[in-house]
Amino acid sequence: MHTLWFLLLAAVITVYVVLDGFDLGAGALFFLLGRGEEERGRISSAIGPVWDGNETWLVVGGGVLFLSFPRAYAGAFSGLYFGLMIVLWLLIGRGLAIEFRHQIDHPLWHQATDFVFAVASALLAIVLGVALGNVVRGVPIGANGYFHLPLFSILNWYALLVGLLALLVLSAQSASFLAVRAAGTLGERARKLARRLVPAQIIAGAIMVWPTYAVRHHMLTGFGDHPWTIILPAAGAIAILTEIVAQARGRWGRAFVANCAAITALLATAAAGVYPDILPARQGHPFSLTIDNAAAAAHSLDVAIVWFPIGMVLAACYFTYAYRTLFRSPPA
Amino acid sequence: MSSYVLVDRLQFAFTVTFHYMFPILTMGLGLFIAYLKTVSYVGRPHRRWLLRKTDEERDAHESAARFWAKIFAVTFAVGVVTGIPLEFEFGTNWAAFSNYAGGVIGQTLALEGTFSFLLESAFLGVFIYGASRVSPRSHWLSAVAVFIGSWLSGFFIVATDAWMQHPVGYAGTGKSVHLKSFWALMTNPWLIWQYPHNMGGAALTGAFVLAAMGAFYLLLGRHERFARLCVTVGVVGALIFAVLQIFPTGDQSGENVYHDQPATFASMEGVFQTQRGAPLVIIGNPNTQTRQLESVIALPKFLSFLTSHHFTSVVRGLDSFPTSLWPSSVPLVYYSYRIMVGLGTLLALLAVIATYLLWRRKLFRSRTVLWALMIAFPFTYIANIAGWVTAEVGRQPWVVYGLLRTSAAASPAQSVPAGIGIFTLLGFLGLYILIAILYVLLIVRIVARGPEDVPARPRSVPAAVGV
Ligand code: HDD
Ligand code: HEM
Ligand code: HEM
Repeated sequence: MHTLWFLLLAAVITVYVVLDGFDLGAGALFFLLGRGEEERGRISSAIGPVWDGNETWLVVGGGVLFLSFPRAYAGAFSGLYFGLMIVLWLLIGRGLAIEFRHQIDHPLWHQATDFVFAVASALLAIVLGVALGNVVRGVPIGANGYFHLPLFSILNWYALLVGLLALLVLSAQSASFLAVRAAGTLGERARKLARRLVPAQIIAGAIMVWPTYAVRHHMLTGFGDHPWTIILPAAGAIAILTEIVAQARGRWGRAFVANCAAITALLATAAAGVYPDILPARQGHPFSLTIDNAAAAAHSLDVAIVWFPIGMVLAACYFTYAYRTLFRSPPA
Repeated sequence: MSSYVLVDRLQFAFTVTFHYMFPILTMGLGLFIAYLKTVSYVGRPHRRWLLRKTDEERDAHESAARFWAKIFAVTFAVGVVTGIPLEFEFGTNWAAFSNYAGGVIGQTLALEGTFSFLLESAFLGVFIYGASRVSPRSHWLSAVAVFIGSWLSGFFIVATDAWMQHPVGYAGTGKSVHLKSFWALMTNPWLIWQYPHNMGGAALTGAFVLAAMGAFYLLLGRHERFARLCVTVGVVGALIFAVLQIFPTGDQSGENVYHDQPATFASMEGVFQTQRGAPLVIIGNPNTQTRQLESVIALPKFLSFLTSHHFTSVVRGLDSFPTSLWPSSVPLVYYSYRIMVGLGTLLALLAVIATYLLWRRKLFRSRTVLWALMIAFPFTYIANIAGWVTAEVGRQPWVVYGLLRTSAAASPAQSVPAGIGIFTLLGFLGLYILIAILYVLLIVRIVARGPEDVPARPRSVPAAVGV
């Protein structure tokens, strides 16, 4: 049961990264791709109707973590207090910048909101990576299950590297989204960038192998213990190859899907490396919060496993419906 | 109480109060927008009751729905971005509480995300941006879905709060509690009245905002058709919800407090001494030093009557509880409760007068009452916030009533020292002041531009050829 909830949690987080990835990345690439007022307006209206739905998956992820592993929720959130507060402020600024942009039709106002949007999105992409980096690396959990990481320890070298990787990956995600959704020179530019970002991702991913091994042997030795987990990075490699082929053939829809798959494989690899911990302690066991010692009581999980899949099926229905309705129109 | 706990409390109180100002309006407007859209889409000349509408009337409803959707969108955006911090703050600031109660309230919070936020946010995009891209039917359905989503999210969050006020359906040790009965959690007797009372408060705000906008345009002499529709819908809505707010939902909420949180009840009513045939205090200042109510005007024996329907029943006073069980601020509970009830009564009175004039067809010409309607809506916000302050401060010294004290609920000082808490509290203050200014600015612009004429679709009579 605990493993099942670990998988569900990982799945929700993956959905979040894949979906919000393309609008976070769109922010990070905003000034690079959008030349001039008109193009920026188009990027903004491509993500305007969907960013909120995408971000809601983060809220759901938080709720599921709270539900299934309350000790990990309490420990991680209080320990990373300062970092999380900054995440919150960035999320606030970014959300309002998108929503308020089209309220006033004036170039000066657009410059202001676009600046906030771009900076906050880029920083958020990095910060998401930093969070993942800290989980992989482990945090100094004490005997009572709590810890404290001051701001500049959250931003340690390994986490920052993962942060940069995340920025790159999410940029690639949004470039391949805009490659589908944007027409004209904007679309051309997005496609060109999407093509370039693929090899960049491969190189960056390869570079990260060594530091990851350095902070957490288990990430690599885990493949020896459970050989089948090799499937995950292998799937990632296949997804990237598919993406390259699809891009070369000009099948941008397929390339976008392949990129989503690649992100999923990357996160799954990380999750498999962390499992069965949910928040590893830097000192190792017995301080780590594992799926067993952090889990909610059995009855809570039993009840939730009944309603949660129902909710997910419903959500899949309305997201499919909403995105189809919104994306039925031709690229603009 | 240690200073770091105080900082956590202040930050939570500030951020949740600020957040709540926006859902009040989205939940209230959501109801009325769904109504306007339904009339516009389903109304026909041959239908009955509220749906008996000509195409011209349906056009008015459609235009009004589109106008309110603009205000809804801006409000919703602020509601979302200020809501996300709250979801995090349970973990960041109240880690011990989350650890203790996560087995129960993790359910309601995850339910809220899964069933309501996803519904709401998926359809909001369709509703706000899709007006020209989707069919009239999809547009109507998305308005209804957004309304349902927001009222469901209200349900789950109030269920969370109701459990904290009156824990049920749990089992556990002293270290943590977990869920025993999901059904009991969802049918918490406290929730049964708190939910309708709270949603009624939001609907009342929606109604008064509608009426205020209409009254404003009528007094200015602009957008006549739109203004009359808003005033009519708003005033009738205000009457319905103002009455429901007092009876039965307010009355029953009071009964719950009387039975389950007697010390809170004594603070709300300013009863220091346990007494038979307690008076209902209209005016009076509680003095916790002398344990007296001063400068009192009261209706003799009425409090006993209201709580138990007997003039001679006993009401327990604060003297029957040790001070360690008193709410942390008795005067705050007492005055906020008085403000809620006082405003509730006045607002109900105004709604009655306005409805009477509407019925006699005099309302649109009565400038005095239009003025009153125009300036009444802020007071519904005050009543809502005052109600929450009564409930939350009245629950003290407990976070989870009878189970976990607030002083033991915060994140450990080593994780979140007071200094960092003050820093982030100031950060929220600054950011939220900026947001409030922007919000008002954008709303004023929308109001200045006014509604646009949008035809309702589909037309009930096919347009004649050649027209
Ligand atoms: C426009 C808003 C509004 C109005 C006019 C009223 N209320 Fe209210 N009241 C609320 C908005 C509200 C609220 C904000 O919705 C509260 C706070 C907690 C909750 O669930 O509802 C609440 C809570 C609340 C409680 C519970 C307090 C606690 O839990 O400690 C009681 C006993 C009442 N109300 C009673 C009344 C009565 C007798 C009213 C008669 C006029 C009244 N309310 C008008
Ligand atoms: C329904 C969802 C809500 C939940 C789950 C909730 C939960 C909490 C929690 C955990 C605290 C901190 C612990 C404490 O001080 O007792 C708190 C305090 C507080 N909340 Fe709420 N709250 C909710 C809604 C609201 C709303 C809507 C308001 C105001 C409009 C509000 C006003 C306050 C205030 C003023 C305090 C501080 C009380 C004090 O410390 O004396 N709450 N609430
Ligand atoms: C501690 C208490 C609260 C928490 C943790 C909380 C959490 C949240 C979160 C995370 C969101 C954003 C959802 C999204 O991304 O779409 C949100 C929005 C919302 N919240 Fe709250 N909230 C609290 C109090 C309340 C209360 C008391 C109500 C009403 C009864 C309420 C009603 C809503 C509604 C209707 C929305 C949708 C956005 C909007 O309408 O503005 N919330 N809340």
